[in-house]
Amino acid sequence: MYTLKPLCTHQLRPLALFFAALTVSGSALAWQPDRPVEFVVTSGAGGGTDTFARTVQSIIGKHQLMDESIIVSNKGGGSGAEGYVYSASSKDDPYKLTFGTNNEYLLPEVGDMPYAADDLQPVAAMAMDEFLIWVNGDADYASAKEFIDAAKQNPGKMQFAGSQSKDTDQTLVSMIEEATGTEFRYVPFNGGSQALVQLAGGHVDANVNNPNENLGQWQAGMIKPLCVFSPEQLPKGEPVHEGKGWGDIPTCQSQGIDIAEYRMPRTVWLPAGASEEAVTYYQDLLKKVSETPEWKDYVTRTVQTSQFLSGDELKQYIDDNASTVKKVFEQEGWSAS
Amino acid sequence: MNNLSLLMDGFATILTWNHLMIMVIGVMLGMLVGVLPGLGAPNGVSLLLPLTFTMDPVSAIILLSCMYWGALFGGSTTSILFNIPGEPSSVATTFDGYPMARNGEATRALTLAFMSAGLGALAGVVMITLLANWVAQFGLKFSSPEYFAVYFLAFCSFIGMSSSAPSKTLVSMMLGLAFATVGMDSVSGGLRLTFGIPDLVKGISFLVAVMGLFGIAELMVTTEEGLSFNGIKSRIRIKDILRTMAELPRYWVSLVRSILIGIWMGITPAGPTAASFMSHGLAKRFSRHPERFGKGEPNGIVSPEAADHSAGTSALLPMLALGVPGSATAAVMMGGLMIWGLTPGPMLFVTRPDFVWGLIASMYLGNVVAVILVLATVPLYASILRVPFAIIGPVIVAVIFTGVYQVANSTFDFWLLLFFALLGYLFKKLDYPVAPLVLTMVLGHRAEEAFRQSMVMSDGSLTVFWSNSLVTTIMGLGVLMLVWPLISKLVGLRGWRQRLHRQKPQTHEPSTPDSRH
Repeated sequence: MYTLKPLCTHQLRPLALFFAALTVSGSALAWQPDRPVEFVVTSGAGGGTDTFARTVQSIIGKHQLMDESIIVSNKGGGSGAEGYVYSASSKDDPYKLTFGTNNEYLLPEVGDMPYAADDLQPVAAMAMDEFLIWVNGDADYASAKEFIDAAKQNPGKMQFAGSQSKDTDQTLVSMIEEATGTEFRYVPFNGGSQALVQLAGGHVDANVNNPNENLGQWQAGMIKPLCVFSPEQLPKGEPVHEGKGWGDIPTCQSQGIDIAEYRMPRTVWLPAGASEEAVTYYQDLLKKVSETPEWKDYVTRTVQTSQFLSGDELKQYIDDNASTVKKVFEQEGWSAS
Repeated sequence: MNNLSLLMDGFATILTWNHLMIMVIGVMLGMLVGVLPGLGAPNGVSLLLPLTFTMDPVSAIILLSCMYWGALFGGSTTSILFNIPGEPSSVATTFDGYPMARNGEATRALTLAFMSAGLGALAGVVMITLLANWVAQFGLKFSSPEYFAVYFLAFCSFIGMSSSAPSKTLVSMMLGLAFATVGMDSVSGGLRLTFGIPDLVKGISFLVAVMGLFGIAELMVTTEEGLSFNGIKSRIRIKDILRTMAELPRYWVSLVRSILIGIWMGITPAGPTAASFMSHGLAKRFSRHPERFGKGEPNGIVSPEAADHSAGTSALLPMLALGVPGSATAAVMMGGLMIWGLTPGPMLFVTRPDFVWGLIASMYLGNVVAVILVLATVPLYASILRVPFAIIGPVIVAVIFTGVYQVANSTFDFWLLLFFALLGYLFKKLDYPVAPLVLTMVLGHRAEEAFRQSMVMSDGSLTVFWSNSLVTTIMGLGVLMLVWPLISKLVGLRGWRQRLHRQKPQTHEPSTPDSRH
C-alpha cells in the first residue's frame, strides 16, 4: 500500500479532525437507530396490542418521525409470552421494541415462564384501556346492581367469559367476587372476540371486555354495558345505541361494586441492558406519536384514555399495578412459587 | 331480493379500471406469498397492511381480499408439486394431488385443483349473498359443546379412511395430540411439555411440522429411490388444461358434497382445515373405488380443494356480519378495518353498505380473476417439474429452511424441522400414516379447548354434548361415521351388495354406501 506513504503527518491531521468532529456530533445527536427496528407484538394479528403497535407504526411513517423502517412481527403464542421470551433473549438489543400490556409483569407471576419481568425494561405506557361489565342485549338486568343481585341468588351458577386463564379478565372477575361476596364461574376462551360471540349468542351471562372489542355489537344491540371500572364516567361521545353513548355508562363503584379503578396499560418495552440513550430516544419518539391528531383519533375511537407515562412515573405505576394484582393472585392461589 | 340490488350497487362501485388493476396486483402478490412456504396468507396480508393506510377503504379491502384468494391458490400449488402444503388447509390436497403430479399429470392435478377451488369459492360467495342475515344468526348458536361436536365429527369422518392398520392410525393420532399439547394451556394457563426450553412456549408450529413431515421426508424418499421425478417426461400443452376442465362435471357429486361441507364448516366456524380433511375422508368413504385414493384419484383433489375454498370464503361472513374474525387472515383484515376508520360489526351492513357490498362483489370478480391468472400459470409451474431433480431438490430444501425461519425467526425451529423430517421418513418406511398425525395436531388443541370449556360450563357433566338438538345432531353424525365401517360390514355380510351387483352391474351412483369389507 504505497499510496499510504505520503499520507503521513500533515495530511493525517484533517482526517483526525474529521473523526473528532464525528464523535462530537455523534454524542450531540445521542442514540439513533441505523438499521430497521423490529416491533415485537405480543398478540396475534388483529388483537388489541396488534392494533396499538400498527397505529404507532403508521403514525411514525406518516409524520416521518424515524428515518429507519419498521418491521412488525406478531408473536402472540402462549398469551404473549412468546414475544416477551423472544425480546428477553436479545439482551442489550435496542432494535427490539416490544408492545404489550401489563401481562409483561403478570405472566411470570402466575406461570413458570422462561423469562423474568426484569428481562425487559419499560419505555413508556401510552394509553389505558377500560374494562366494563357486559351482558346480553336481551338480558333482564337494567343495572349492575340487579346483575349482582341475580348472581347472589344463584351462587356459582352464572358464567363470565374471558380471554384467557389467570389473565386480566379473570383477575377482575375475582376482584368482583371479592368486592361483592358473590361467586361466578369463569370460562376462559381464546381471546376477547370469542368471549364476545359467546355472550352475543347467549351461552354465557357476562364478560368484561374492553370497549373496543364490543363496540360493533353494542351498536347492534346484541349486548349492552352495565358499568365501567373507571374512577369517573367516560367522556361523552357520539351516541352508540338507542341514544346511549359511552358517557352514559355509570361507574361500577356507583353501582355498589367497590372497585374504584381497573385498567390495562398499553405498554412499550426494550430488552434489559439496552442503553439509556436508546430508551430516551424511544421515549421521545413515542411522546411525539402521542401528540399527533392520529393518535388522539385512535384513542377516541377505541374508547381508551390517553395517558403517557415514562421514567420514574411509569416504574411507580407498574409497582402499584403489580402489587394490586399480586394480592388477587395470592388469594386465588395462582402464584407460581 | 333486496340483497341482489345491493350487490348490483356493489358491482357498480368496483367495476373501474383502477379496482381491476388492484385485483390483479393483489392476486399476483397473494400467489407469490402462497407459493413461498412459511409466509402464508395472514403474514402476507399484514405485510401489505401499512400500504393501505392511505387508500380508501373499498380499494384497500379489495387489495387485501384478493391477496387472500391468491394465497389460497398458491398454497395448493406447492402441495401438488412438492408435497409441501403452504397452509394447514391444503394438507389434504397433497394426499392425491402429489401422487398425480408424480405420475406425470401435474397439469391435470393443478387444473382440477384450481377449477374446483374456484367453484367452491364462488359457491361460498353466493351463499353469503343470499343468506347473509340468516347465517350470521346461525353462527351465534355455536358454543363450546357444539364446537367440540364439530371437531369430533371431523375426527370420526377421518378414522378408518387410512389404508394402514387401525392400530397404526391410532398411534399416529395420539402422537399428533401429544404434539398439539406442547406450549401454554389456555384453560389452566400452565405450560405443558416444554421441558424448560424457551422456544417451546409458543407451541410447535404446524407449518414447521408439516414441512418436515411432508417436504423434507418426501425429498429423502425421492433421493433414496433414485433422484427423479416422474413428471420430467410429461409434456405440457394448453389442450391438457382445457381437457381437464371438460372432465370436471364428472366429479359433480364430490363437488356438491364438498362445497356443502365447506360452507357448513366455514360459517360454524370450524374453519377450512377441518372442512378439507373431512371432505377428503368422506369422498373416500363414499367412493366405489376407495383403493384408488392416495394414488392420484381426481375426486381426492377436487373434494378438499372445493371444501377448503368454500369454507375460506364463508369464513369472511362472520367477520362482516358479526364483527368476529373467522380465520387468522380475517383477523388481520379486521385490524385494517379499524385503522381505515370503520367499526366491524353487525351495523357495518347498515352504516357502510357501499363497503360491504363492494367487498362481496369483489369476491365474485376477484375469484374469477384469480382462477384465470392461476390457470395461466399452470404451464409455468408444471414445467418446474421438468427441471432435473439434482437441481430442484436442493432448491426446495433451501426454500423450506427459509420458510421455516420465516415462521418465527427462530433457529430452534430448524432442529424441530429435522426432527419432523426424520419422523416423517420413519413413518413412511414403517408404513405409518402421517395424515392422522397432522389432523390431530391441527385440530387437537382446539378440540381439547372446546371440550374443557364445555366441562367448565356444565360443571363436569358429559350430558352437555346431548343437551340441545344442534349438538345432539352433530354428535350423532359423528358416532354414525365412527360405526359406519361396522354397519357396512354387517350389510356386506347379508350379501346385499353382491345381489345389487348381480342385478345392476353398471350402477354409476357414487354415493352408494360403500361396503368393501
